[in-house]
Amino acid sequence: MRSAVEIARDVRGGQSSAEAELARSLAAIAARNDELNVFLHLDHQGALEAARRVDERLAKGEDVGALAGVPIALKDNLCQIGVPTTAASKILSGWRPPYSATVVERVLAAGAIAVGKTNLDEFAMGSSTENSAFGPTRNPHDPSRVPGGSSGGSAAAVAADMTPIALGSDTGGSIRQPAALCGVVGMKPTYGLVSRYGLIAFASSLDQIGPFANNVSDAALLLEVIAGHDPWDSTSLPEDSPSLLSHVDDGVAGKRIGLTRELVDGADDEVVAAVERAAAVLRAAGATIVELSVPEFRLGLSAYYLIAPAEASSNLARYDGVRYGVRVDAEDVAAMNEATRTAGFGAEVKRRIMLGTYALSAGYYDAYYGQALKVRTLMIDAFKRVYQDVDVLLGATAPSVAFSFGAKTDNPLAMYLSDVFTIPTNLAGDPAISVPFGRGEGDMPIGVQLLGPGRSEAELFAAARVLEVAGGAS
Amino acid sequence: MSSPLRRDDVAKVAKLARLTLSDAELDMFTEQLGHVLEHAEDIEALDLADVIPTAHPFGLVNVVRGDIVRPCLARDEVLAMAPDAEDGRFAVPRIMGEAR
Amino acid sequence: MTLPEGWEMVVGLEVHTELKTATKMFCGCPNEFGAEANTHICPVCLGLPGSLPVLNVRAVDLAMAIGFALHSTIGFSTFHRKNYFYPDMPKDYQISQYDLPINKGGFLDLPDGSRVSIERAHLEEDTGKSTHLGASGRIRGADRSLVDYNRSGVPLVEIVSGPDIRSSAQARAYASELRGILIAAGASDGRMEEGSMRIDANVSVRHPDEPFGTRCEIKNLNSLRSLVRAIDYEALRQSELLDAGGTIRQETRHWDENLEATSTMRTKEEAEDYRYFREPDLVDLIPDAAWRERVALSLGAMPAQRRASLLARLGELPAAQRDALGVVIDLGFDHFVVAALDADVDGGLALARAANELASDVEHVENLSTEAYVVTLTMEQNGELSATQAKTVLLELLTNGGDPRAVALAKGFEQLSSDSLEATLDGLIAQYSDEWSRYRGGDEKLAQFFIGQVMKVTRGQANGKAVIAQLQSRR
Repeated sequence: MRSAVEIARDVRGGQSSAEAELARSLAAIAARNDELNVFLHLDHQGALEAARRVDERLAKGEDVGALAGVPIALKDNLCQIGVPTTAASKILSGWRPPYSATVVERVLAAGAIAVGKTNLDEFAMGSSTENSAFGPTRNPHDPSRVPGGSSGGSAAAVAADMTPIALGSDTGGSIRQPAALCGVVGMKPTYGLVSRYGLIAFASSLDQIGPFANNVSDAALLLEVIAGHDPWDSTSLPEDSPSLLSHVDDGVAGKRIGLTRELVDGADDEVVAAVERAAAVLRAAGATIVELSVPEFRLGLSAYYLIAPAEASSNLARYDGVRYGVRVDAEDVAAMNEATRTAGFGAEVKRRIMLGTYALSAGYYDAYYGQALKVRTLMIDAFKRVYQDVDVLLGATAPSVAFSFGAKTDNPLAMYLSDVFTIPTNLAGDPAISVPFGRGEGDMPIGVQLLGPGRSEAELFAAARVLEVAGGAS
Repeated sequence: MSSPLRRDDVAKVAKLARLTLSDAELDMFTEQLGHVLEHAEDIEALDLADVIPTAHPFGLVNVVRGDIVRPCLARDEVLAMAPDAEDGRFAVPRIMGEAR
Repeated sequence: MTLPEGWEMVVGLEVHTELKTATKMFCGCPNEFGAEANTHICPVCLGLPGSLPVLNVRAVDLAMAIGFALHSTIGFSTFHRKNYFYPDMPKDYQISQYDLPINKGGFLDLPDGSRVSIERAHLEEDTGKSTHLGASGRIRGADRSLVDYNRSGVPLVEIVSGPDIRSSAQARAYASELRGILIAAGASDGRMEEGSMRIDANVSVRHPDEPFGTRCEIKNLNSLRSLVRAIDYEALRQSELLDAGGTIRQETRHWDENLEATSTMRTKEEAEDYRYFREPDLVDLIPDAAWRERVALSLGAMPAQRRASLLARLGELPAAQRDALGVVIDLGFDHFVVAALDADVDGGLALARAANELASDVEHVENLSTEAYVVTLTMEQNGELSATQAKTVLLELLTNGGDPRAVALAKGFEQLSSDSLEATLDGLIAQYSDEWSRYRGGDEKLAQFFIGQVMKVTRGQANGKAVIAQLQSRR
């Protein structure tokens, strides 16, 4: 499939049309969606109407926007007015939001065509999409393997060329890890750069929406469109969207890049080798590679698996069968709440609600949640310290290539460990990108991760672009 | 170090979270959550008495909006989402206990 | 009420007041009492998935105004989530303030000279409202409840006093003075009957100078009357129980208006574990000096100050007028009284009309200018209007506004000029010459006869005092 940049250029220039691009996208979806289970809902009618509107406006000479006619897939935890939105949970099946997320409004205002809602781990809790109430998504590179998660559907949509771009959300690695496992580019932006308004919350202080694309430029373009202050999100940064696309070819000459021990330790040898090759490519492009260690990163996993479930236990309380979604009736309202939640939530969601409720409960708060918030301070300080010495950190995105279905479902802790390299940035609120770099076992893609301080997206795209151009082959 | 997670703790937490767990689930969650909490002993063991906790990654302050009325949702649209409604209101089975 | 020998009650009050903002605390829905159910709702106050709160600056201003009025320390504050399930509460948590409230400490001086300390006055959001269907209409025994979220997310300030109150009368005085302060600060309309001010009372008993006893919290007292009765009932219950050798359980109790008794809602053991934690969707609130100053400057005089300055103008007051003064201060009507005093209206009259007629239609008082008030009272004092007529004019002005003279004219209250009164009397004296002779001869009862005749002829438009004056001058 052509890139989003090319599609928008052709649609605006009259060489193509939004309707034609949509038809191509829908054909690719029709070819593989049954096999891969990427989309939970396809909005044929809405997409067609939107495409025609874009074409009509172009015919009248109007400027339609930077994503004119570009098909886009939306993770199904992003509210879109009138379109079923479930967060892959039974408890929300059939719910159609009466409002749209800010990011959805922004991509549509830029001329993108939303084709449908992609699969995810229920409420974005998971690393494989195996926790979706509506069946897992399969990895387009090898359908016997997971696509990663939680934004597995959005990663797979882009990897299978169903749409050139997609939106996901990243709480502990939920964009970067599936991007790595599916061989696409995925970025978690600086916390607050992209509005969370309309993103069904998992862990509010960690959640951040970001782009998936087949290449660095498309990801930069999509992030430019969705970033920038939103008055309806109190945690939204006050500034306008940064200029990103124009900086993707800035290169890394003169940059200091830290090859971080804690971001490769424990990864498979082929993953470590890919990261080392990436370091060599960056050095060849003029960067200085510094080997370093940030011991605090090892504490990230524990802190994350207390903070995220704690916030989630509160965020998910509202699914009580009173106002929307499904209800399982019972004698009194408390019993109805309980019956609804028991039937409506899957095992992983229950596990995390339980963990978070416990971590916040009287007598345990200080030992668990309170302590985790302090570790968060250590993490932020550690990042600050290391960014005084280097501009960017380099490491693996995930410890291995995509694993097989069922490989980790019986052992939640093992599943949680697949987020070990991505979690530190979420705790710090900093941006990070995963870019495909080489292939491993079973010819499955490997992703390497670049991390930077807050608001360093342009530098991360530029570094990722260097790796993209080099191609990652051994 | 906190004491290990007991089955009773899990049952109590399930009640707080309004979840019903079967005996098998209680056993499973006790074991699985126990593992996660054991892993968390690495941070539990740290002496962080002097560290200030961070709840927000960035220190934005005083984010407010003007006291200006905005359009509301249409009631019919909202009630159409509800599992049960009556007389312009959301209907629920009887409430035991009182508001706080 | 008196407690059994040797007991003293110890009371602390938690007063919840809805703030008088145009919109809710975290969204742009109107903050308005009495609208049709579920018409003031949006994704935020309905807790829809993905919605986020943004703090209303006016709610912060008003909370700070309350803090200034209560001599609190206003500073760094944060929001927390208080987690518990309840169908009135759309997110199943309430956004409130916990360890860092916007107003810390302070005090309130009561008219009797006593001082009650304030522990805190913090911001939080209100819940929706449920109606219970079923035989009794009460929560117990209802089959089904219906929920209206119009009130969900309305800004509240909860003002927590220290355990300094020692009688139900003092509790009443505290609540009443606080209500006056909230109205004076522009923070609340203080309407307890509409639920815009609700009180929880923490009550314990002890022998004087001994440590505090175990306390019980009585929830949701919706009038000053219930406040007094509930506290008296509860203190008596506790002291009698203790005298009988029993012990007090720490618990939350419900005041039943009909039974005039408190009963257990839940015990300490059943208390919810609220799992407070920082609200990650909101940022810290750190009102800087400029913001605090802006609020402080916008604050009018507080009731105690206004009471003192009005008393200085009025001098010693008889008991009845002291009550009227209380009403005037509570309702913030002192500017009417001051303007009337400036125009040489009698102090008692100026207080009485404000405390009765104006107080009877508080909602429409903005229709009445101070000037119209003064003109009406001056007309009454000069005999141009009878007392009944003056009251009627005031009520009409409250309902529809307008000019007092025009209203009086339209009502046909334009009193007879002295010329036409004299002409009328001339006619009556001629018609009833016998009666006139007897009156002149000293039969005082006939004065009433002539007044009655004048009123009959003039259809009540004559001023009684003016008729008497005429009668006497012709004797």
